Amino acid sequence: MPSNISEPHQVIIGEDEKYVVNMGPQHPSTHGVLRFELTIKGETIVNLVPHCGYIHRGIEKMCESNTYQQIIHLTDRLDYMSAHQNNEAVSLCVEKALGVEVPERAKVVRTILSELSRLSSHLLWWAAFGMDLGALTSFFYAMRDREEILDIFEENTGGRLIQSYICPGGLMYDIQPNFAQRVKDLLAYLRKKLPEYDRLLTGNVIFLNRTQGIGRMSKEMAIDYAVTGPAGRGSGFSCDVRRYEPYSAYDRVEFKEILYTEGDTFARYKVRMDEMWESMKIIDQLIDQIPDGPHTAKMKPVIKLPAGEYYQRVETAKGELGIYIISDGEKNPLRFRLRTPCFSNLFVIDKLAVGTKIADLIAIFGSLDLVIPDIDR
Amino acid sequence: MDNQALQTLLSEILPDTEIIQGGQFVEINLDPTHLHEVLTILKNNDQCSFNFLFCETGIDLNGKLGVVYHLRSIELGHSCVCRVFTESRENPVLDSVADLWSAALFYEREIFDLFGIKFNNHPDLRRLFLEDDFVGHPLRKDFEDPINIIRK
Repeated sequence: MPSNISEPHQVIIGEDEKYVVNMGPQHPSTHGVLRFELTIKGETIVNLVPHCGYIHRGIEKMCESNTYQQIIHLTDRLDYMSAHQNNEAVSLCVEKALGVEVPERAKVVRTILSELSRLSSHLLWWAAFGMDLGALTSFFYAMRDREEILDIFEENTGGRLIQSYICPGGLMYDIQPNFAQRVKDLLAYLRKKLPEYDRLLTGNVIFLNRTQGIGRMSKEMAIDYAVTGPAGRGSGFSCDVRRYEPYSAYDRVEFKEILYTEGDTFARYKVRMDEMWESMKIIDQLIDQIPDGPHTAKMKPVIKLPAGEYYQRVETAKGELGIYIISDGEKNPLRFRLRTPCFSNLFVIDKLAVGTKIADLIAIFGSLDLVIPDIDR
Repeated sequence: MDNQALQTLLSEILPDTEIIQGGQFVEINLDPTHLHEVLTILKNNDQCSFNFLFCETGIDLNGKLGVVYHLRSIELGHSCVCRVFTESRENPVLDSVADLWSAALFYEREIFDLFGIKFNNHPDLRRLFLEDDFVGHPLRKDFEDPINIIRK
């Protein structure tokens, strides 16, 4: 056979060939509408570019033409897992600007609701994280238990996901008489169920292989990229706002800030699992001591903040949420800035995922616990 | 360190800069030409070491475009606010601080998108949320949208 005949029909994919593929915008593991532009070589990720903005609603612009009571209903829609905490952040900022003292009853109920939100958010994260890694059972377990928390929200606030319950001055309306008893029953129930979660996932060999040593983030990197919340604390970055700038009733409860120093996907997993126990501990300390009295302070029907700048941060389930209001003395803010936790937590992902396999990207993304409306706003 | 002590310290380190006691934080008003220089000092000086940029905000106040930086020191636990306004509204340009804090990479892309402020030396200055052919910058006060009327 002559050697100069080429073989045009045979396509050989060389080792250097790179492909550019899209992951998303509609992809089950991106937890919403987010698109990754992946450059891959075989299964290995060479480059990753996140594209967001698919559900950008312009909440910051809308806030500029709304009053402070109306803004509460917009901030619900940021990170809809932490609606109570988002509302609390706006309320605290407005109260700080006006110098309003919130009644003790409202402070304690706010703290309990915040911790219940954190539990519900972490349960949903655990459900989705297990499902991302192929363990479908975790989804059913955690969704079943999260339902109990949402029932309490529904009975007391009228909403399951979007509550708009914490408002400037205190609470929209008083809690139901059986609130304390229901929360106590819930904690007893969860204390039985959470060890089951550990038995299902935490010690599983396949799970450990998928998470340990994957997506390592150093503490310096977390600070540099402003990664806060459980994602930052998995890298040993002590960033719990409840600890260093206590608000509501956090100054009178005992709790531990969970820190892990490994910085891998498993460390971020462990932080959230331990935080659920800490949240229950915080609720335990407060639930028997809800003071009597009014549920809200007296507020004027039209709130006008004195001219100036106000910044308030709270610890939501995902990380540090900052509310930055610039007011000119009118009933609308001049500038309403939302420093949302997921925004800065997302953009570290290209540093974590480059060099890993596509399946690892799913695990890393799940461990950062991102909610896309919180990024796009 | 409390705000009073921080203000004294910053006045010693930055003698030519205007430093005022704000309501909540110590506020520093920066000159756009020395922006990068001063922020480098704030980050690298051992006594301040502001290594955590937790918020970067674009503003449109009194007809002037600007940027507000919220900084904190993780080790020392104090915070400060830096504010800078661009020199012109038609062609607003500032220096990028993305080489000091990586978090600024995406905050600045957002500000470029919504306010139209360009950042010198930014490695990847593209729109973040809106599509590439979108006309205008929606968070500016003079932005008008004929379809979705959002003015009060």
